[in-house]
Amino acid sequence: MNMTMVQAINRTLAQEMERDDRIIILGEDVGRDGGVFRATDGLFEAFGPERVIDTPLAESAIIGASIGMTALGLRPVPEIQFMGFIYPAFNQIISHVARLRNRTRGRFTVPLTIRTPYGAGVKALEHHSESTEALFCQVPGLTVVVPSSPYDAKGLLAASIRSEDPVIFLEPTKLYRAEKQDVPEDPYELPLRRAAVVREGKDLTVVAWGAMIPVARKAAEAAAADGVEIEIIDLRTLCPMDRDTIVASVKRTGRAMVVHEAPKTCGLGAEIAATIGERALLSLNGPVLRVTGHDITVPLPKSEDHYYPGPERVLRAVRQLMEY
Amino acid sequence: MIERFDPLKGERLQILDEKGSARAGLDPGLSDPELRAMYERMVLTRTVDAKALKLQRQGRFGTYASNLGHEACQVGLASAMTKGDWLFPYFRDLGLYLTLGYPLADHYHFWMGNEAGLRTPDSLNIYPVAIPVGSQIPQSVGAGLAARYRKLPIAVVATFGDGATSEGDFHEGLNMAGVFRTPNVFFCVNNQFAISVPRAKQTAAATIAQKAAAYGFPGVQVDGNDILAVHAAAREALDNARNGKGPTLIEAYTYRMGDHTTSDDSGRYRTKEEVREWERRDPLLRLRLHLEKKGLWDAKLEKELQDRSTELVEKAVAEAEARPPATVEDLFAYTYAEMPPDLAAQLEDHKAFLGEAAR
Ligand SMILES: Cc1ncc(C[n+]2csc(CCOP(=O)(O)OP(=O)(O)O)c2C)c(N)n1
Repeated sequence: MNMTMVQAINRTLAQEMERDDRIIILGEDVGRDGGVFRATDGLFEAFGPERVIDTPLAESAIIGASIGMTALGLRPVPEIQFMGFIYPAFNQIISHVARLRNRTRGRFTVPLTIRTPYGAGVKALEHHSESTEALFCQVPGLTVVVPSSPYDAKGLLAASIRSEDPVIFLEPTKLYRAEKQDVPEDPYELPLRRAAVVREGKDLTVVAWGAMIPVARKAAEAAAADGVEIEIIDLRTLCPMDRDTIVASVKRTGRAMVVHEAPKTCGLGAEIAATIGERALLSLNGPVLRVTGHDITVPLPKSEDHYYPGPERVLRAVRQLMEY
Repeated sequence: MIERFDPLKGERLQILDEKGSARAGLDPGLSDPELRAMYERMVLTRTVDAKALKLQRQGRFGTYASNLGHEACQVGLASAMTKGDWLFPYFRDLGLYLTLGYPLADHYHFWMGNEAGLRTPDSLNIYPVAIPVGSQIPQSVGAGLAARYRKLPIAVVATFGDGATSEGDFHEGLNMAGVFRTPNVFFCVNNQFAISVPRAKQTAAATIAQKAAAYGFPGVQVDGNDILAVHAAAREALDNARNGKGPTLIEAYTYRMGDHTTSDDSGRYRTKEEVREWERRDPLLRLRLHLEKKGLWDAKLEKELQDRSTELVEKAVAEAEARPPATVEDLFAYTYAEMPPDLAAQLEDHKAFLGEAAR
């Protein structure tokens, strides 16, 4: 069936809840309202208030309560309304969600999936366009997943919910309704910790994820007109990272670039560049370039084009690298 | 009974006075063996704690949070819990652990610095100690929601200090519990200090118990050095939770007789006179006087109990110290359900390093 990413997410949540009555959704406005992006639309009606819980406006309690539910064997899928509002829950995520398995040597695990919209795209107020995935990738025990299409969203969300590890599932708001894609009705999983080569090319590897995938594709098409063949890797799981796929590609192409929305300093681009340096240094024909958000507060919508990498900025870096 | 003691009117539940006499009409009517068992737990708790402090001074223990003075709170609460109930503890809960059956050797093992001591036996519904202050409170509310969803007739207890009531998680947790009327008991050990900061600097409210009113459920302040008062209030609150009557906040008014931890020197912020004043109200002493009044205790029984406790403690320490240290594999194995290749490579590299260093 043809559907948008947000519809694919909604369908997956419904199917997973039908399959497994341990799955509980909780968050702000997720019930009667169906979520501010409608990702949980209809679930309250289908599964009732005990399984789709409109909580008080309290992020730490949403995640804290989700942890407590796992103690009694449930598998909650909490929603944080926007990534910019996940910070009140940081302590619960970093100090407990990520660590309980280790702290108790495996007695208590936290198989929850925290869904949250992230990144630019809704032209809203400050705090609604954050892309702070690297903060979570530095925390051992967390898995961070980002889909870039409706098809991927369905398979990756199902795999996240079924995972025994806690997953931060970041949904690019810009892609929620950007395209419709044929998505199978039957449930399926896409493997976590596995990147995908979404475009093959022999000259240069671009590593990206989420809303930067369409940007990279546009740039790749333009570059192809100039005779440069770009390979695009969609990371899909940001951590633990599929480094093998990146390294194998760079060894073929000899050039690498990372494109992300997050600020440059200590962004995942740094981690990827370091990995390539460690494992493919002698294959490189030039430095690993990063095309990223700047190290400034995300501007309000009027100026956000200055901040987010677009195809032109990617192309400029492609030219620099090809001429290096 | 809880409702009869309104914290907003400055009322505090006390059953045993400092001479060990029980107030008629409030006595929870525990049997003689139950009373004796409570006292035995309190003494064991104190013995375990004293040994821990000694081990710390000898360098056989890491930083340790002393438990002195909290025995009535802990044993009174735990003895009111029943099988199936859950505990979301904080870091100063020794008597709860011992009463609920946490293996003593595991307790020592953990404080000696090994995570394996927190691998609670599967039969025990005790979540691991929460060190970020207050963070266990919303977790306990989620467990309460889960208990209701699973139709389990149980109560979920969270314990915390007076300092924790200033944390956002206290508010978020109690507020959510009130909204959903979860089967929770929030047990605040008001020991007058959060490290050095006195209770009056945590809140301008006259009591902590009264905060429950704002969340729409009952709160009660009890004498935390009076095990009968703690037990009676806890029993009622736990029953209410199990029977769908919603949460309760219990404030146990007590005193931290020791330093905050072995890294603290409480002489910097409180007087010896104050501490001595509270020693008079020692919770062990009070129950012992009560037992003696009832003809249930004497010097000979006391001596036997002390010896038995010491023996148990020595055995547990020996057992904990005999356990092998964590392996390098243990340190890596529990980060994810399945070790990612990167992590496996880090582990291999570290083992290679150790091999080279040994050569
Ligand atoms: C969130 C957080 N902040 C600070 C600390 C450091 N700390 C450890 S215990 C403590 C005081 C706790 O006081 P209280 O809650 O009253 O419990 P008590 O130690 O008196 O039993 C502090 C500040 C911490 N563990 N967690």
